[in-house]
Amino acid sequence: MAYFLQQLINGLTLGSIYGLIAIGYTMVYGIIGMINFAHGEIYMIGAFVTIISLLVLASAGVTSIPVALVLTLIVTMFFTSAYGWTVERIAYRPLRASHKLAPLISAIGMSIFLQNYVQLLQGARGKPLPPIVTGGFTLMDSGGFSVHLSYLQLFIFLLTVALMAGFSTLIASTPLGRAQRACEQDLGMAALLGVDVDRTISLTFVMGAALAAVAGLMVTLYWGVVDFFIGFLAGVKAFTAAVLGGVGSLPGAMLGGLLIGLIEAFWSGYFSVQYKDVSVFAILVLVLIFRPTGLLGKPEVEKV
Amino acid sequence: MLSIAGVHTFYGKIEALKGVDLEVGAGEIVALIGANGAGKSTLLMTICGRPRAARGRIVFDGRDITRMETFQIVRLGLAQSPEGRRIFPRMTVLENLQMGATTADERYYADDLERVFALFPILKQRQSQRGGTLSGGEQQMLAIGRALMSRPRLLLLDEPSLGLAPLVVKQIFEVIREINEQQKVTVFLVEQNAFHALRLAHRGYVMQTGRVTLSGSGRELLANKEVRAAYLEGGH
Ligand SMILES: Nc1ncnc2c1ncn2[C@@H]1O[C@H](COP(=O)(O)OP(=O)(O)OP(=O)(O)O)[C@@H](O)[C@H]1O
Ligand SMILES: [Mg+2]
Repeated sequence: MAYFLQQLINGLTLGSIYGLIAIGYTMVYGIIGMINFAHGEIYMIGAFVTIISLLVLASAGVTSIPVALVLTLIVTMFFTSAYGWTVERIAYRPLRASHKLAPLISAIGMSIFLQNYVQLLQGARGKPLPPIVTGGFTLMDSGGFSVHLSYLQLFIFLLTVALMAGFSTLIASTPLGRAQRACEQDLGMAALLGVDVDRTISLTFVMGAALAAVAGLMVTLYWGVVDFFIGFLAGVKAFTAAVLGGVGSLPGAMLGGLLIGLIEAFWSGYFSVQYKDVSVFAILVLVLIFRPTGLLGKPEVEKV
Repeated sequence: MLSIAGVHTFYGKIEALKGVDLEVGAGEIVALIGANGAGKSTLLMTICGRPRAARGRIVFDGRDITRMETFQIVRLGLAQSPEGRRIFPRMTVLENLQMGATTADERYYADDLERVFALFPILKQRQSQRGGTLSGGEQQMLAIGRALMSRPRLLLLDEPSLGLAPLVVKQIFEVIREINEQQKVTVFLVEQNAFHALRLAHRGYVMQTGRVTLSGSGRELLANKEVRAAYLEGGH
């Protein structure tokens, strides 16, 4: 029981991170129908900016951890959003009128480019970060096994919940969110009503990138080491989460993320750590075969 | 108010408009009729820049809008209720109307909403229902109401009577007249229902395979032999 609870906590932590990345995939897919393969790299850049920012702040004499974290969060979101915006602008927008495959191929190219770019700038070796947020609660002690919830895990949950709440409100009831949903449902009609479609798409990339930045920050604090390749695996897992939840659905992305995190944690906990990634990919294949619309995906048929 | 000169529009290699000339004066109701595939919807969409005219000039209120972006064109005071209505299916009726108000000044929103609800009381009852679940007639009313929410000076309507019961058709045409007379909105109307449209309109144009072939006052066109033979006989 204690062991189970511990895996649950670990799984939900991982799942929060995947969910935040998955939202970027799902929103971009919803609005322009393309899979942004470079999104994992955006998250990876978020992780690097986090490390750099924390080191710079530390050497500038910022000793308060909450202050350093908040500043880093802002800096990371800013830089990562700028990358997300730029990628859309130079690699996808010029291809919007062309064949559907063109932006996909461009996205794969962008993904490879960003990996190599970071590798060149930062080196191929993993960058370590000493633990910053330490300590936690011991929830339960049974049979020599104690269930531990670290402050960091709590921070990750709470931040994810807060972001999700804020984000859902933004989409559900602000003019920008409404314009995004309108573009998702009928891009041409949205333009006819005066929506600046290009700007709305840009902002969608920016929002997805900002959430990926938060995920990058979380993972840096959680694992304590980042390298230029982490975006690939996290990207595929978050993409699987988006598909599992139903591409285009926000709650679906979050739910899918949590499920993937849980599956990974339980698989590692009960079977074998080595094959944990295989379990995730197996799920991707199974979902695509048996339920391509995902758990919360919307039915394709609408009376219009 | 709107002047179209020598406009050509292509879909790939297909030339859907082959040099269209047409005028809509301020305060008028102008009807455009023509057979299926004549290019009527293409003309309305070309005015809004989707697709863009390959050649020719479109001038709205003295400004050349031929090369402008769609969202900039409609910000000049032009609104379209397009073919197929294109209601946002997963948005509520109210949200659809709010989308219509995208380009309008926020100060007018409450008044405009009341005005649309007064024209189409059923929309008020259905305001929290999803657009995709409305009946065809209700969707048509919503499409017109949504276009009105932007306070347009020129309203483009593509077949507002399509698929509606005769009583509702009558109601829609009355609303169009009301909008034109009381709110001074200029109306450019595409219709299959030539009889109603020409009776309502001050002037009309007939289109055939990408070209304007006839024009005149509504009354003249109603009396015209060719028009009667092609668009009116049998129907009325
Ligand atoms: N998206 C498109 N791609 C290719 N061809 C198109 C497209 N839209 C319209 N066309 C063609 O352009 C021509 C004009 O079409 P349009 O829809 O403007 O006709 P219409 O006068 O509105 O007809 P209807 O009364 O049936 O609505 C038609 O031959 C049609 O097949
Ligand atoms: Mg048509």
